[in-house]
Amino acid sequence: MPDQLLFAIEVTLNGLMAGVLYALVALGFVLIFKASGIFNYAQGVMALFAALTLVGIMEGQVPFEHLINATFGTEIHGFGWEVPALLAILLTMVTMVLFAWLVNWLVLRHLVGQEPIILFMATIGLAYFLEGFGDMMWGSDIKALDVGLPQGINSWIDETTLDLFGYGFFIDNLDIAATIIAAILVAVLVAFSQYTKQGRALRAVADDHQAALSVGISLNFIWVLTWSIAGFVALVAGIMWGTKSGVQFSLSLIALKALPVLMLGGFTSIPGAIVGGLIIGVGEKLFEFLVGPLVGGATENWFAYVLALIFLVFRPQGLFGERIIERV
Amino acid sequence: MKDTADSHVTEDGRTIGGTLLDLRGITLRFGGVEAIKNISFDIRQGEIRAIIGPNGAGKSSMLNVISGFYNPQEGEVWFRGEKRPAMKPFQVARSGVARTFQNIALFDGMSVLDNIMTGRLNDMHAGLVAQMIWKGKAEREEVENRARVERIIDFLEIQHIRKTPVGRLPYGLKKRVELARALAAEPDLLLLDEPMAGMNVEEKEDMSRYILDVNDEMGTTIALIEHDMGVVMDISDRVVVMDYGRKIGDGTPDEVRNNPQVIDAYLGVAHD
Repeated sequence: MPDQLLFAIEVTLNGLMAGVLYALVALGFVLIFKASGIFNYAQGVMALFAALTLVGIMEGQVPFEHLINATFGTEIHGFGWEVPALLAILLTMVTMVLFAWLVNWLVLRHLVGQEPIILFMATIGLAYFLEGFGDMMWGSDIKALDVGLPQGINSWIDETTLDLFGYGFFIDNLDIAATIIAAILVAVLVAFSQYTKQGRALRAVADDHQAALSVGISLNFIWVLTWSIAGFVALVAGIMWGTKSGVQFSLSLIALKALPVLMLGGFTSIPGAIVGGLIIGVGEKLFEFLVGPLVGGATENWFAYVLALIFLVFRPQGLFGERIIERV
Repeated sequence: MKDTADSHVTEDGRTIGGTLLDLRGITLRFGGVEAIKNISFDIRQGEIRAIIGPNGAGKSSMLNVISGFYNPQEGEVWFRGEKRPAMKPFQVARSGVARTFQNIALFDGMSVLDNIMTGRLNDMHAGLVAQMIWKGKAEREEVENRARVERIIDFLEIQHIRKTPVGRLPYGLKKRVELARALAAEPDLLLLDEPMAGMNVEEKEDMSRYILDVNDEMGTTIALIEHDMGVVMDISDRVVVMDYGRKIGDGTPDEVRNNPQVIDAYLGVAHD
């Protein structure tokens, strides 16, 4: 096989795996949008906050360390222990559930029946609040996150492809892990929404609030549940991106990449979020590989948005918009 | 069965029992507007109770008070002999009151079967993981609930549309699916908000028959709002008449029909 083709295949594979990460973030949006019609601008910041909390707990940081030291003139620097990754993930999840409950209790409960734009504005406020709150709680320095996921080049794939084609594929172990975890996550989410009582209730609430109430579904419970699941998805995305590029503010900006994914896949479709993520991931990498050299590179920054724009013009409901709504 | 102090047998052989729901001095206001003014009436076990009145009389508001969608400013709701505290609609639903809506509230994206299954959500208690992998208690519950739902589907003769997404159904069938979902919860009290609105004569006859059958065969107590006087007089045991938020009549269809106030206000016919 010619080198160019092999290289293109490698780029495609890498694109697929990057796409999985986009899909993860987009999933968080879809879940909340489906159940409550709210476009949650804070989803990206939730991923950042989850990652910050996870690192903080693992490293035994004292929450609000700087604030406490500055206020009381103390010299606290951590608890002096380290928490194992699995336990820290559990504790972070508890934090995210608590956050979901607080958001519902303090904000959304008071905005029931308001225009979508009002709810959207509320989540913008929420995003900035959470960003500042996360900084205050855990500090604003860039942190490395290592929960024990494999990293670096997968030497088996490298060697095998080298033997077969005389060209070694560079595939990151972390990307492989992310793909497997995302696949499991999606399978669990689908099983949850199709086969469980809570999943059925969630779909019911997404369809009609009044009818849901009339069969005995508590809207508050479902909303806390949805935000908790979105928090969980944010945590998974936060772990992946945090491991890849460090836990830092720019993590919250991955939410912006989720937007074109949503426009492709449709805001209400779980399969759409996944396919959309993969298309953007692959498209971005291939476009850079094929067209990048002709236009001087850096196409990855804008490719996704241009693609989304084209979709907005020709198929505003996204790839899966209408059709899937009916079937789900 | 013999007539006792709080139960009697109707001409067609159904047993009407004691008071199931008792509304005492209900007043409901929206801002300065009084939608319901100091209304009291009761609904007895096993009966079909109709609420009638002209548009804007407060009938739907009354139903919304019973189902917990509105909380009245004054008055008490007694259910099964106990005073009911202020409740959210979903709590009322869980306490055994099911309802349908005037404008049909179904889950359009779900199939007919799934829609009706939501009526049984509160009878599922298996753990989350068990439900996801379909094992043990979850499987038994699902099978049991499914069987009950299938009986209701047979009862209302909607087998042929079981798998159809509700959004694609014609109006009359949607109304029937909504009734099926309410029945799936096996309620003690079934509230129907204009079950025959917008139907043609044949559909109305069908719906009347279903309502009578539900009441007769399942023993479900039914309170309904209806505009069609003929239908109301035919199927209900007792009728409450409302006008401008007040109760202007209450009794058997015959009593109500001959009540001058009702004739005045509702039928708009002069009487000398």
